[in-house]
Amino acid sequence: MTWRLSMLLAMAAIATLVVSGCDDGTSTRVTVTIHYSQFTPEVITVPAGVPVTITLRNDDPIEHEWIVGPPEVHERHRTGTEPVHAEVPTEVTVPAFSTRVTTLTFEQAAEYAYICHLPGHEAYGMVGTLRILER
Amino acid sequence: MRAGSVLVVSECFDKEAAMRLLITTIPILAAVAAASLIQGPSSASACAGLIGSNGAVNLGRTTTLAAYHEGVEHYITAFEFQGGGGEFGTLIPLPDVPSKVERGGDWTLQRLALETQPLVAKAESRSVRALGAVVLQEVRIDALDITVLKGGGPDVAAWATEHGFRLSPDAPEVLDFYAERSPIFLAAVFDGDAALARGQQIGDGTPVHITIPTSNPWVPLRILALGKQPADRVNADVYLLTDREPALLPAPGPGLTLVHNEAATTTLLDDLRADAGMSWIPQSAWLTKLQVDSAAADLRFDLAVDTSGESNPSPLAAGLVLPNLAPADNDGLASTFVWAAVAASIGMLIALFVLRLQPRGVRR
Repeated sequence: MTWRLSMLLAMAAIATLVVSGCDDGTSTRVTVTIHYSQFTPEVITVPAGVPVTITLRNDDPIEHEWIVGPPEVHERHRTGTEPVHAEVPTEVTVPAFSTRVTTLTFEQAAEYAYICHLPGHEAYGMVGTLRILER
Repeated sequence: MRAGSVLVVSECFDKEAAMRLLITTIPILAAVAAASLIQGPSSASACAGLIGSNGAVNLGRTTTLAAYHEGVEHYITAFEFQGGGGEFGTLIPLPDVPSKVERGGDWTLQRLALETQPLVAKAESRSVRALGAVVLQEVRIDALDITVLKGGGPDVAAWATEHGFRLSPDAPEVLDFYAERSPIFLAAVFDGDAALARGQQIGDGTPVHITIPTSNPWVPLRILALGKQPADRVNADVYLLTDREPALLPAPGPGLTLVHNEAATTTLLDDLRADAGMSWIPQSAWLTKLQVDSAAADLRFDLAVDTSGESNPSPLAAGLVLPNLAPADNDGLASTFVWAAVAASIGMLIALFVLRLQPRGVRR
């Protein structure tokens, strides 16, 4: 009986891992990994009006950026010359083999792109989507 | 290669030596110069994956000779001065640790181009239109600083970063692709200031001859796409000089065209042997020329060469499989393998569960 119970618990745990997420599909804690110059996941969904903590883990041996915002932000960064981003929570430089954590609050529902604006990275596909849903 | 680049010969030797060389090789130089004029500016310029301080990559057509004789691969290419000051560099993955890195001969690549694109045929077209790593070795050739590195992809990337270069976004995957098979890389860094001080002109090539004892010859092709966007074209001429007709993998096809495949002429071998550092050229050999014309996204392999006569070029050397035998370039197949493993594990778990539920009398 104990063995059956532990088996069922194990299967339930596996199911929980496979089908993760909250009722509305949003999460206040998200990890974005970077490997071979690609963001995973490519789409993240967070709630509006509450602090969201995003962990950015760079598994690559080269530096990357995670910049999120409306189109005009990306347009500015496409031609920008700032070597490092560290002051603004929506603009984060992630050095090789390192992790950065940023916490931000989005006031209203929206959909923004997150992009690495280092030369050639956006064209290579370092683009993702951040969906902000009303709670 | 433009005719002016032949003048590099006189920069590399003292006057007397240069004169001796010119006297003994005037016929070859004349032919090469003529061919150079006819073939246009870039037919012998060559380099591999280029890493610039701004991540920019600007590759023209590349030309390489990979010769394999008596267990030694001779890899000859030329690094073209792109102009400007500062430094920019190139990475070439190698199948093994080179025993020697030296200045290459002065006309080898051009002479090969002449052999496979005869003057007569080209003359007809002229009327229509006028190319954490361990440092194992460090060599200075003209304005080139050459470093042979041993390390994994991350080590080589770290070395490049420490030396002021920014790698292109595809570099992590490409460096791993090579490091998993051979952790040897050659980094060639052009000292732009030194090149200018030497009077080098934009487009002047510095030939480099890499001697690599190895039982496993292959020619790096995927590195040619480093830094390019998926739709960008990769164009390269690859010459092979082998003891017998080689078996190749992948076999020539779309994107990798076999344009010359026959016994090397005695004249060609004599001319190549007369070039600096080329006395190893055998008395007889097989000459193969392949043209790479591929979208960067499709160039995900190298060229494995088998000259044993067994017609068994290595899929591993070609980069078609990874050292662990998992397919390298077929995500579908790889994910199928993963899902099959997951399914098998779940099946075993269920079988164990069912077995456990059966009455004890049924179980053996």
